[in-house]
Amino acid sequence: MEFQTGFFYLFSAVLLFAAFRTVTARSPVHAVLYLMLAFSQAAAIWLLLKAEFLGITLVLVYLGAVMVLFLFVVMMLDINVEQMREGFWKNFPLAAIMGAGIGFELISVLWVGFPDMIVAPEVAQTAMHLADHNNTREIGKLMYSQYVGAVEIAAVILLVGMFAAIALTLRARKDSKAIDPSIQVKVRAADRLQVVSLPATRPAQQPESQA
Amino acid sequence: MSLTLGHFLSLGAILFALSVAGIYLNRKNLIVLLMAIELMLLAVNMNFVAFAHYLGDLNGQIFVFFILTVAAAESAIGLAILVLLFRNKSSINVDELNSLKG
Repeated sequence: MEFQTGFFYLFSAVLLFAAFRTVTARSPVHAVLYLMLAFSQAAAIWLLLKAEFLGITLVLVYLGAVMVLFLFVVMMLDINVEQMREGFWKNFPLAAIMGAGIGFELISVLWVGFPDMIVAPEVAQTAMHLADHNNTREIGKLMYSQYVGAVEIAAVILLVGMFAAIALTLRARKDSKAIDPSIQVKVRAADRLQVVSLPATRPAQQPESQA
Repeated sequence: MSLTLGHFLSLGAILFALSVAGIYLNRKNLIVLLMAIELMLLAVNMNFVAFAHYLGDLNGQIFVFFILTVAAAESAIGLAILVLLFRNKSSINVDELNSLKG
């Protein structure tokens, strides 16, 4: 038994346990923490598969940014745990049957479809499996040549995501006395100055009869 | 006994099944639903990385990179909507989200 096999089973066991606890944990904060554990184990498995760049990216971007965002949001919201767990045990049999069914079907198809597929000898000769292969450099070369259009679309998606998140949650202060320059510029003279038509002089009043 | 492609695909399949079960279990809990979706994407990414390794093709890893990008944008917007929902309703109970009904 190679040492990779042992590590694979270790990481997989922790990954599946963490995923199970993510969907069954009582408190959402615990669920987020278990999700972080699951992602870190997945990153380790990707390292076993020689996907170093993606493994590190998963730790840096997902554990470092997205999961912390989840954690912040979960801690900011006042969550009624009892209300959230409502229907958990009622749905449990259905969930167990669906999960077991989907898992069984997928595994039976995949296990039969790819029987004992190891890295083929001709594949093992490709640059990807050689000892001096630089995964990050190769991915970078592909991304900025063949997939440069897709990279730009991904950049636009991230930009739109940023705008959407800010625009959705931005809240202007109502009691702010800051002046909006665009409103100042748009002011016309008619808004400020009202011309009332008045006679220049009053009509001379007839003195009252002093008789 | 060395690792085969089937090992990694089975791991992805079990992970996917677990997250589907999680969606059934946490129908009232929007936050855990988002997390279950993240787990599903992780399971799919696992398959991509495994195929990329066993077929010696780096394009699978590029695809995983883009899936990660879209998933990050998705969870950011989802959490922003969740915060907005909490601000307006003072709760994120799914049962109260019926103002569009009828």
